[in-house]
Amino acid sequence: MTINEIQEEIIEEFAGFEDWMDKYAYLIELGTDLQGLEEQYQTDQNLIKGCQSKVWFNASLEEGKVKLEADSDAIIVKGIAALLIRVFNNQTPEDIMNADLNFIDEIGLKQHLSPTRSNGLVSMVKQIKMYGIAFNHVK
Amino acid sequence: MTLDINKIRKDFPILQEKVHGKDLVYFDNAATTQKPTQVIDEMVKYYYKYNSNIHRGVHYLSNKSTDGNENARKIVQNFINAEHLHEIIFTRGTTESVNLVANSFADRYIGEGDEVIVSELEHHSNIVPWQLVCEKKKAVLKVLPFNDNGELLVDQLDDLITDRTKIVAVNHISNSLGTINPIQKIIDIAHARGVKVLVDAAQSVQHLKIDVQEWDVDFLVFSGHKLYGPTGIGVLYGKEDLLNEMPPWQGGGEMIKEVRFEGTTYNELPFKFEAGTPNYIDAIGLGAAIEYVENIGLDNIDAYEQELLAYATEKLSSIDGLKIYGTAEHKTSVISFLVDGIHFYDMGMLLDQMGIAVRTGTHCTEPIMQHFGIDGTVRASFSFYNTKEEIDALYNGILKVCKMFVH
Repeated sequence: MTINEIQEEIIEEFAGFEDWMDKYAYLIELGTDLQGLEEQYQTDQNLIKGCQSKVWFNASLEEGKVKLEADSDAIIVKGIAALLIRVFNNQTPEDIMNADLNFIDEIGLKQHLSPTRSNGLVSMVKQIKMYGIAFNHVK
Repeated sequence: MTLDINKIRKDFPILQEKVHGKDLVYFDNAATTQKPTQVIDEMVKYYYKYNSNIHRGVHYLSNKSTDGNENARKIVQNFINAEHLHEIIFTRGTTESVNLVANSFADRYIGEGDEVIVSELEHHSNIVPWQLVCEKKKAVLKVLPFNDNGELLVDQLDDLITDRTKIVAVNHISNSLGTINPIQKIIDIAHARGVKVLVDAAQSVQHLKIDVQEWDVDFLVFSGHKLYGPTGIGVLYGKEDLLNEMPPWQGGGEMIKEVRFEGTTYNELPFKFEAGTPNYIDAIGLGAAIEYVENIGLDNIDAYEQELLAYATEKLSSIDGLKIYGTAEHKTSVISFLVDGIHFYDMGMLLDQMGIAVRTGTHCTEPIMQHFGIDGTVRASFSFYNTKEEIDALYNGILKVCKMFVH
């Protein structure tokens, strides 16, 4: 699936939630289910430092596709990371670079996850895009 | 006297607001307090009717604004019982007050190999300015530790002081844990060894009556916005003789007597330390805030907030897996806590969805977090406009979050 198709799918999923509790319960579920990162990858180099929670992203390039893994000490943040992985994992560096991310707005997360350093959502997206640029350069 | 909380709450328009469609429960008072209409109206009145740059003006408006600013200084003087009016310096806030003292005091009194003592309980604002100064002067920063209840080990202070120690900088109340430190004892120990003391009262002026003369404290610093006043205004109290000895910190208008390229002479206290156009409207707002607080009475405020603290401590302690950080014998109405298996950020974000405002993270006190081996806490801090019903809402909110995590 393309990045946009996956985004559409996520937006549709979230449209089904009646209130904030369901939405966050789902994020908690996603965060709990995300495999996470082995300790050896929880390095400072992979760390995206927000003020409040820690997020680690590990990326590699396999057969022209970007492989993403992530972890966080906060479950909701980890759930959001899981959504980002769903969107960006197995995409080409070029598609990642050029992706127009609209699902965060659409599923009503942005109002709760303001672009401050408290949650690192903006930093997460930026980091993934940087991986895209870097891998596009080396491929 | 029992406080009429319903009446008090009507003074604070923001408490009537809805957040995410729910009644706002504001428990982030240690970060900043809300403002009563008495403060907002006074400031608006000055902007509408009297605004003009103060001091050295010849016209009516300038005199009105100057009177407002100087009247506010008088209110602050009485509030902390300073001996002289000119011992009250207006600053931008606690942080700027500490920076002013750290820089100016160090210029006059601190040299290579001298020592500054802070406590492990300090806000970053009372650590970093001293670190910067120590680096510049090649002085040494020493730390007075606290025990696992969050109480300073004051008995170690005397041993920590040497003949090179120049100043002890310590807070009255910990913003993260709520501990009330035994300031009188700290001052007595330091003074017996000829060491000056700066007290960071950012977390205490809104809860407890302070008398700088009774304490014999050398410097006292606090902010307006945690005292129901506006942001951008703070206070530095310093003893007259020290302030006179210390050099100006910032240069500019207001702080000079005569300016010549061969050499400038400086204005008298307090203006020597108030460079640039003063923040007079916020000073006036601070004056109104202090009058508001004094009308209610700090004794009444303290008694009621202690009641809230006891109630909340009991309720929250009954929650399975909830641990309170900061269990000092003497505390103000601050509860820092964590629930097993739930990140403070997740807790804060979910409580927010229920309209409950708490603070999460390190609260600008990373050394305290390191002491306990944690990354942060959830902090609920109560004011006299809060109610037991709101604490019930927090209690139920935490239980709801816990339930969301049991899967």
